[in-house]
Amino acid sequence: MAKVLMKGNEAIAEAAIQAGCRYFFGYPITPQNEIPAYMAKMLPKVGGCFLQAESEISAINMVYGAAGAGARVMTSSSSPGISLKQEGISYIVGAELPCLIVNIVRGGPGLGGIQPAQSDYFQAVKGGGHGDYHMVVLAPSSIQEMVDLVTDGFDIADKYRNPVMILGDGMLGQMMEPVEFREKKTILPEKPWATTGNKEGKPRNIINSLFIDPQGLEDHVLKLYKKYDEMKENEVRVECYNCEDAEIIIAAYGTMARIAKNVIQMAEEQGIKIGLIRPITLWPFPVDTFKKWADSHHVKAFLSLEMSMGQMVEDIRLSVDGAKPVHFYGRTGGMVPTPKAILEEIKKIREGI
Amino acid sequence: MNIETDRIAIFTGHFGSGKTEIAINYGIASAKRGNKTIIVDLDIVNPFFRTSEKKDILENQGIKVISPVFAGTGIDIPSLPAEIHSVFQNKEYKVIFDVGGDDTGATALGRFYPYFRQEAYRMYYVINVYRPLSSNKQDIKQMLTSIESHSRLQVTDLINNSNISHETTICDILKGQAVIEELSKELNIPIAYIAGKAEILEKLSDKLRDKALPLDIYMRPPWEQ
Repeated sequence: MAKVLMKGNEAIAEAAIQAGCRYFFGYPITPQNEIPAYMAKMLPKVGGCFLQAESEISAINMVYGAAGAGARVMTSSSSPGISLKQEGISYIVGAELPCLIVNIVRGGPGLGGIQPAQSDYFQAVKGGGHGDYHMVVLAPSSIQEMVDLVTDGFDIADKYRNPVMILGDGMLGQMMEPVEFREKKTILPEKPWATTGNKEGKPRNIINSLFIDPQGLEDHVLKLYKKYDEMKENEVRVECYNCEDAEIIIAAYGTMARIAKNVIQMAEEQGIKIGLIRPITLWPFPVDTFKKWADSHHVKAFLSLEMSMGQMVEDIRLSVDGAKPVHFYGRTGGMVPTPKAILEEIKKIREGI
Repeated sequence: MNIETDRIAIFTGHFGSGKTEIAINYGIASAKRGNKTIIVDLDIVNPFFRTSEKKDILENQGIKVISPVFAGTGIDIPSLPAEIHSVFQNKEYKVIFDVGGDDTGATALGRFYPYFRQEAYRMYYVINVYRPLSSNKQDIKQMLTSIESHSRLQVTDLINNSNISHETTICDILKGQAVIEELSKELNIPIAYIAGKAEILEKLSDKLRDKALPLDIYMRPPWEQ
C-alpha cells in the first residue's frame, strides 16, 4: 500500500482497525485524543463499536467484558487515566484475557502536565495494579514502528491470553511521519474459552479472577508465571545500534532513542564512539543483550537516557549486575533533553573513566 | 502572492494538513514585503506543534503573535484572548488566522462572524491528500463543507499541500494536484497555491509554477532541531 502521512495517535488507531479490532472503550485525555477521535469516526464504518465511557474505570471494565466475550478490543489513555485503569488491568490479567492498552505518557505525578514524558515506566513494567503480574510492554520509537507493534501487540495478547501495553509518549503521539500499512490478512484465533453463550450443550465458560482457596490462587499464579517465563523466552525485542567498538553505550527507548541517535552522530564527529541499546520490549527486558555488551572489554560504561528521574536505569543496573558503571541522565515534567546536554554528560562520564 | 491584495487571510483545513506551517511561511513572506503583520493562533485543538511555539522566530521578523490565553503553558484550556478583536479595528495590519484542525477548530472562528460580514477576507482550505480522511474528493468535500458551516464563512481558495514529509517527490505533489483540480472544478473554488519545499517545486511545469508556495519547515521534532 502507498505511504500516508500520519500522527502517531492516528496511526495507532488505524493499525488497530486493520488488525481486526472492532471495539474501543475510552475516556478522552490529552495528548492521546486523536486515538478515540479516529476510532469514533472510523469504527462505525467497519461495523465496530466506539464507546466513550463515563470514566476510565468504566472504560477498562468494558474492555474486561468485551475481552471475556472473545472480542479483539482496546483502550487508550494518558498517564493519569492509565492510573485509574490499574485495577481493571490487574483483573484482566487475573482472568487471563487478551487486550491492548495504549499509554501516551505525559508528565506527572498527579494531574501533571500535557507535555511528553517517560515517567510511567515503573507503572508499566513493574505492574501498577495489585498482585503478582506482568504484561508485555512495547515501546515504539517511530510512527511506522507504532503501526507494526499495534498489529503484533494484539497477536501477542491473544497468544498468551494476557494484556499488552503500548508505551508511547506525547511527542510520538502528536508528531507526523510517513507510514505504510502492510497488507496483512488478519486471522483472529479461535477463543473456545470465551463467554459466548452455551447453546447446543456447549459447556459453560467462566471469566473469573476470584480464588477463595489460597492453594487454588497459588496454583493460578504459578500458571501465570509459566506464561511470563514463555514471554521472557520468546518475546524480547531490542535494537543494537553502533555498539561494536563503542566506548559508552546509551540505553534509551521511544522518543529518547531518536534523540540518542543524533547524539551518537554528534559524538562520532568529535571522535567519540557511542552505541545505543534500544529496548523495544520494556517487559520482558532485554537482560541478555545488556549482559553481553557489559562483558565486552571496549565498553567502559552505560548511560540511561530517560524523560523521567531515572526508572529504566534500575533494570539496566540489574542486568549489568555491577560489571560496568551505569549512569543516568534525564529531564522530567515534560522537558525533553537536548542532544547538546546529553553530549556534555557523556564527556563528563569519559573524564571519570 | 495574494498578500498585497488581501488584508485578512484565514488558513483552515483538516488537522495535520499543514495549516500552521503555511501560515508561518505566509506571515514571514508578508513581513518581508514590509507589511505590518499579525498572526492569530486560533488553534484550540492541538496541544503541541503549534504557531505559538515559534513566537520567538516570528517576533524576530517583526510579526506580532496573538495566542490562546494558555497556549504553550501546558494547561489544556481553550480560551481565546480579547485582543483578537483589535485586529478588526486596526486596519494597518495584515492579519493571518491559523485555525485549529477540523470543524471543531473552525468553531473558534465562528464567533468573529460579525466582523467578517463587514470586511472582505480570503479563506484558504489546505489539503494534503496523503492524510487520513483527505485522500478522495468526497472526504475532502465533506470536511470542507463542515468547516464552512462551523466557521460561518466561505472557502475562497484551495491550497495543495500534498506531502509525505521528507519523503515527498514531485510525483506525490502532482498526484495530489490531480485530485484537487477535479475538486476545484466541482466546487468552483480556485487553487491558489501549491505548497512544498523549494527544491521540489522547481520541478513544476511552467503552467503550474506561478502557483508555487515554497516553504521553510519550522515545525520539527526535537531531534531535528
